[in-house]
Amino acid sequence: MGPQHPSTHGVLRLVLKMDGERVVDCDPVVGYLHRSIEKMAENRTFTQVIPVTDRLDYCTSMTSNYVYVLAVEKLADLTPPPRAEYIRVIMTELNRIASHLLWYGTFCLEIGATTPFLYSFRDREKVLDLFESACGARLLYNYIRIGGVSQDINQAFLDRMIEFLDYWEPIIPEYEQLLDENPIFYNRTVGVGIVPLEMCRHYGVSGPNVRASGVAEDVRRDDPFAAYSELEFDIPVEKECDVFARYRVRMRELRESARILRQCFEKIPSGPHGLPLNYRFKVPEGETYVHIESPRGDIGCYLASSGGDMPWRCKFRTPSFVHIQLFKKLLEGVLIPDIMAICASFDIVLPETDR
Amino acid sequence: MFDWVQLSGGDHILDFVTRSTGYQLPGIVIMLVMLALILGFICVSSLVLIWAERKVAARIQNRVGPMMTGPRKWAEFSMWTGGLLQTAADAIKLLLKELIIPSKTDAVPFIAAPILIVTVCVTAFVVIPFAPSFSVSDLNIGVVHVVAISSLTVLSIVMAGWSSNSKYSLLGGLRSAAQMLSYEIPLIFALLGPILLAGGLSMQKMVLAQREYGCWFALPSLLGFLIYYVASIAEVNRPPFDIPEAESELVAGYVSEYSGMMFAMFFLAEFANMFLVCSVAATVFLGGWMVPFMAVPDQPTAGYIVLGALVFFAKTSFLVFIMMWIRWTFPRVRPDHLMNLGWKYLFPLSLLNLVICAGVAVLKDVYHLNGWGISAVSVVSLLLVVLLLQLVRIPRPTSFLEQA
Repeated sequence: MGPQHPSTHGVLRLVLKMDGERVVDCDPVVGYLHRSIEKMAENRTFTQVIPVTDRLDYCTSMTSNYVYVLAVEKLADLTPPPRAEYIRVIMTELNRIASHLLWYGTFCLEIGATTPFLYSFRDREKVLDLFESACGARLLYNYIRIGGVSQDINQAFLDRMIEFLDYWEPIIPEYEQLLDENPIFYNRTVGVGIVPLEMCRHYGVSGPNVRASGVAEDVRRDDPFAAYSELEFDIPVEKECDVFARYRVRMRELRESARILRQCFEKIPSGPHGLPLNYRFKVPEGETYVHIESPRGDIGCYLASSGGDMPWRCKFRTPSFVHIQLFKKLLEGVLIPDIMAICASFDIVLPETDR
Repeated sequence: MFDWVQLSGGDHILDFVTRSTGYQLPGIVIMLVMLALILGFICVSSLVLIWAERKVAARIQNRVGPMMTGPRKWAEFSMWTGGLLQTAADAIKLLLKELIIPSKTDAVPFIAAPILIVTVCVTAFVVIPFAPSFSVSDLNIGVVHVVAISSLTVLSIVMAGWSSNSKYSLLGGLRSAAQMLSYEIPLIFALLGPILLAGGLSMQKMVLAQREYGCWFALPSLLGFLIYYVASIAEVNRPPFDIPEAESELVAGYVSEYSGMMFAMFFLAEFANMFLVCSVAATVFLGGWMVPFMAVPDQPTAGYIVLGALVFFAKTSFLVFIMMWIRWTFPRVRPDHLMNLGWKYLFPLSLLNLVICAGVAVLKDVYHLNGWGISAVSVVSLLLVVLLLQLVRIPRPTSFLEQA
């Protein structure tokens, strides 16, 4: 199956050995989208790398910007102003909403429901409009910069954000209504693609996928970055470990994101939105590893500097790459339609996998 | 008394020509004319249905659908009048496209499959009573004819799947065969109820029998109606039962390798089949062309015939609309769940429906119940069925994995 197939969203190739409708053996082949992002980073100044990280995961450019920026800041020992920290939270949460909506739409498409896709994209469009008003870009933002963010947001943006939340929060139950008690959906997802907690640990599963296996694990709370330590939010957990649980976790996360955004609206301080920095500033010699919570899970960045104005080594630990490794084990013995349900439920993004 | 109803469209033409010119047309000419009419009808109705499907989908999904092909003025008027010529344009595009026959295919069945599927469709349309005294031919085995002929569709799909020599097509074709096997049976059993009530197989007689009973057969055999409707969605391979062409799984299933007009023929047949099963449902269960609150006249009157046709199309369109609604709402069913549903739920329930219909038929004969009486009996029996289902509490269909 693949690399060209309507259900792989990008270019994942699954080499499947079939016995009729049943999968005997599955071998995921990655690398079709390899752009050597990590190597490219070594030949650019620290600031120039940020637009490259946009391409790491185009569904959540904000988080992939952020994980890299955070690594640089840690290495250079910079502390961004508090307003910048709040703006970062707002942007990553908005991006989480956009990413989860995208996931919801494509997931439904893959199990054969076309309409939810249109609903989720209708609302995702509104989030993208917000991004556009903040930084001029709709998909690849290059917004989070070292020491802050590229442009300040104004009150009008915040008002529009709240307006969006007021409109959108009542719609979340509408998404769920379409699927939750639908016996077809229920039969397709409950008990399918079970990833027990032990298996999660062996493979390093993170994010919503591990939360669907019954652990409240979230970098936002366990290792707070930006302004998350000052915000109050719950971590949705489901115990069933199956596709349905992963769906439930994401739907509940949407609500939590909305809650975080509302708190940010209340709490956001005034002040500068970034630090004044030289374009070719130098980062002291050393190495560091940071991780944050992207909508897909625990995304990490290892950064080493030799004291110059370019990274000496940059390595990303991307959740999608980790999750793809589960496929070999999970897809053994399932039916063709379940392949789609299972693959989609992990929220794989191929550019992030192949980097 | 109502013999005129069973006349066919061909009889009218024959009669008209004989009366106006005195010349007796040979039967073969009439047949060809009727065939051409049916073909034309299928093409036009498919075009309209495809347009309607796109508009219904658009409405459900908060879009406006095709708007650009057609008079600009109309598009400005409302979304329902925009893009009226879209399907016509699509049809022309498909007609002009090259027919690609991939080198590894088995060419003969590959080309024969789309021809067969349209042929089957046209043949099945023969007995559909569009209005009183207006069907191509009111065969005395009407219902059986429709079921028997339309089940040949699967042959064409398997042919297409097998001859394409592609993994997706093959899986699609075989899935279709499995699906057809498990759905044909509940479908026929669901139709047996009304057949029992009507005491005949002719489509026009079916309508007349509903006049005689004083109520639509959907009432005594509501269970049968629902089973027939579900099974017929599976029969015409529409979502949520579109597993033979499941887009996200099998790319396009058995039509993966087709292009141009051959693809268009599959497409056309799909929509024509949808119209077919809905019109059978409307005839057998919903009183066909019978105009509500109007007695069927003893002699043919033009007014009644036109009204009857309108009523028939209204009922059929409504059923078609529900099918579209279902399509754009539900996710796709997994093949094994589909079999489960067919064999473990629909089949036993259709037998139950047969028992209820037999009971109603006996009551009608022995106690001479009128429409109200029959309605009351049906409602009571349905309540009993619901009660029974509550008591039995059939376990949920478990997934394949758990069984293994």
